[in-house]
Amino acid sequence: MKHETPLLDQLESGQWPSFVSDLKQEAETRAKNEKNIEYQIPQDAVDDLLGVLELSYKHGRTHWKHGGIVGVFGYGGGVIGRYCDQPEKFPGVAHFHTMRVNHPAGKFYTTEYLKQLCDLWDFRGSGLTNMHGSTGDIIFLGTTTPQLEEIFYEMTHNLDQDLGGSGSNLRTPADCVGQARCEYACYDTQDLCYNLTQEYQDELHRPAFPYKFKFKFDGCPNCCVASIARSDLSFIGTWRDDIRIDQEAVQGYIGGELPSNAGAHSGRDWGPFDIEKEVIGLCPTNCMKMEDGKLLINTRECTRCMHCINVMPRALRIGNDRGVSILAGAKAPILDGAQMGSLIVPFIKVEEPYTEIKETVIEPIWDWWMEEGKNRERLGELMKRQGFQKLLEVTGFKPVPQMVQEPRTNPYIFWKEDEVEGGWKRDINEYRKHHLR
Amino acid sequence: MAFVSSGYNPDKPMADRITDIGPKKYDLFYPEVIAKNKGKWLYHEILEPGILVHVSETGDEVYTIRCGGARLMSTTHIREICEIADKHCDGHVRFTTRNNIEFMVDNKEKVAPLKKDLESRKFAAGSNKFPIGGTGAGITNIIHTQGWIHCHTPATDASGTVKATMDVLYDDFKTMRMPAHLRVSMACCLNMCGAVHCSDIAILGYHRKPPLLDHEYLDKMCEIPLAIAACPTAAIKPAKVELADGTTVKSVAVKEERCMFCGNCYTMCPSMPLADTEGDGIVLMVGGKVSNRISAPKFSKVVVAFIPNEMPRWPTMTDTIKRIVEAYAADANKYERLGEWAERIGWERFFEKCELEFTHHLIDDFRDPAYYTWRQTSQFKF
Repeated sequence: MKHETPLLDQLESGQWPSFVSDLKQEAETRAKNEKNIEYQIPQDAVDDLLGVLELSYKHGRTHWKHGGIVGVFGYGGGVIGRYCDQPEKFPGVAHFHTMRVNHPAGKFYTTEYLKQLCDLWDFRGSGLTNMHGSTGDIIFLGTTTPQLEEIFYEMTHNLDQDLGGSGSNLRTPADCVGQARCEYACYDTQDLCYNLTQEYQDELHRPAFPYKFKFKFDGCPNCCVASIARSDLSFIGTWRDDIRIDQEAVQGYIGGELPSNAGAHSGRDWGPFDIEKEVIGLCPTNCMKMEDGKLLINTRECTRCMHCINVMPRALRIGNDRGVSILAGAKAPILDGAQMGSLIVPFIKVEEPYTEIKETVIEPIWDWWMEEGKNRERLGELMKRQGFQKLLEVTGFKPVPQMVQEPRTNPYIFWKEDEVEGGWKRDINEYRKHHLR
Repeated sequence: MAFVSSGYNPDKPMADRITDIGPKKYDLFYPEVIAKNKGKWLYHEILEPGILVHVSETGDEVYTIRCGGARLMSTTHIREICEIADKHCDGHVRFTTRNNIEFMVDNKEKVAPLKKDLESRKFAAGSNKFPIGGTGAGITNIIHTQGWIHCHTPATDASGTVKATMDVLYDDFKTMRMPAHLRVSMACCLNMCGAVHCSDIAILGYHRKPPLLDHEYLDKMCEIPLAIAACPTAAIKPAKVELADGTTVKSVAVKEERCMFCGNCYTMCPSMPLADTEGDGIVLMVGGKVSNRISAPKFSKVVVAFIPNEMPRWPTMTDTIKRIVEAYAADANKYERLGEWAERIGWERFFEKCELEFTHHLIDDFRDPAYYTWRQTSQFKF
């Protein structure tokens, strides 16, 4: 190895896959270069990355500098500039920019395609990636400025592949495994994710927003991609009709022939399955009961929390009248504290080409946010600043009690003039005829 | 190394330019059994930790082996994943939101050889390349951020804290003895890329010293109004500063007691770095969730205000996490997420059972929401 890394070496032991071991094997692969690759960035980039990381472990501080403006022509996102603050010691990573590559919805791959990505990245980059970044993109970690256009050219011409979002853009939308391999999915998350990504390519590549904007697509209320916590518009699959019940399978669970929770709790002896205690008693709305050996669910009272379905997946299935709930304004704490998504659309059908979702939800909200949002103000913060009423006004949605946890506890209602009989224009002299000064 | 052109001509950047084509379409990559049964799945079962079967109404089955992976991954490692997928899975593979790798086969007989192959692969120094697990009521892979590998604002490393934590929690990746899912997440500064703010256990890097001010360069490198506007607590104001050589420059002044150490100023202005060896470290937050199951999604709460960065394995942090996990595993009811357990027993009991010290740092004093977290009842436990 080019640099001594006594601290990092201690992260090679233990059972969990060691990223240090992986970095070392990559450094070695590049040093040997058995494929005779004409490396377009320093061959020892990974060695130097290990070196600079070791220095951070020694100092307890990062050695990466600010980005600076780098990118590909005509795009305002997809590339994050990165420079080392010790370039003389670690010239291999002096310039080490990140490229975000828009991953396929559902994150399924063919090996043929992955190998093409690897070939490109070995040739023109560090050979290091994140599979995947937090937003969902494939992350190409580390290349130089002259390679950016070359990589983009090869990616678009040879791989039919585009970059993802960064900066004040639509960020790369992401979804769960959905109907591809999950019986809980209430809509085709992959298709909605792909369709909106294609529809809004301009917003994804060219920064025109006050700040970042995220779409995420969860097929059901289990929320495996955490859309409710981290996306400005969160699409959560749901249904309006009855949970489908297979009474025979319910008996199978009661009798212990079927493994409850699809086997998820099998690592401990929790005793025999007890439908009263584990399902009916834990239902948050108490809308279930056993009667004459049959499980009954009062659909009108059900809030579709998924617990009973998760516990008895072979007996209970999502309803047939499916769609999504849309929640707006989730974000991580910066700047003004974390926000959870707030329900703006209780139910909307998910039907190709998704015109209703685009034209009645996404676009009116964007118009408002682009008009009124301050620099670096997320949608959720604008909602807090201007109020939920404003969101209703710009979308035209009718207020319904489903939108609130509880009604307001203060009476400080900002009545509008046109809501008050006779308006606000009054004559003080007329008033004084009856009320002396 | 000679420069090799892709065909791109810098003098004519628009020539033959292809843009706005988006990602590859998802269905190009479906394994045959997925393409055939999409939307037709009836139910699933976890056969053993890390191994699932999904059964379709067509009678088809797909078996999935889920493996943990470091999210930082080399092409050498990806090529090995491809080699495995070529050998066992007809050249298909999938990644999960939590950086796990999923190998799928369409026949039960293909599971055992795949499992054996995965378990046999180890890195040169001995760690597993493809540990199988991460399903059901256990602890799956930790989602995380870049840390010292590649970011300019981290207060700790991400890959290292995650490796150290997963080594300590490894047995619970491989088993399903927890009362419910336990999701651990890691973010290396409070910008929190990812959803750590709604995790059962969140590891968060945190700075504790206000920004340094590089007065000589500040006005040259930064837009001062942007740096001022970036501060969520309005702690930054414009200032004129006299340098050692007697010249006066435009810069900023920071009202230090108002600084919440968020680093937003540094994101706007590189002349205001925060990183510091003693100042930086780890915050632990617990009790968040994103699922709507039984109770509503919740934010995680701060239960340890600060743990120093102890490279390379952060033992105080991992010991504390292990203690919280064991207290939860021993005491929570079946199906209870960590946050639901803490709410049921009361946070005063949570601190007792987890042997955590309660300090003033854990009482919210940030703006309006703080008030709603104070105890407004005479009901509490001694």
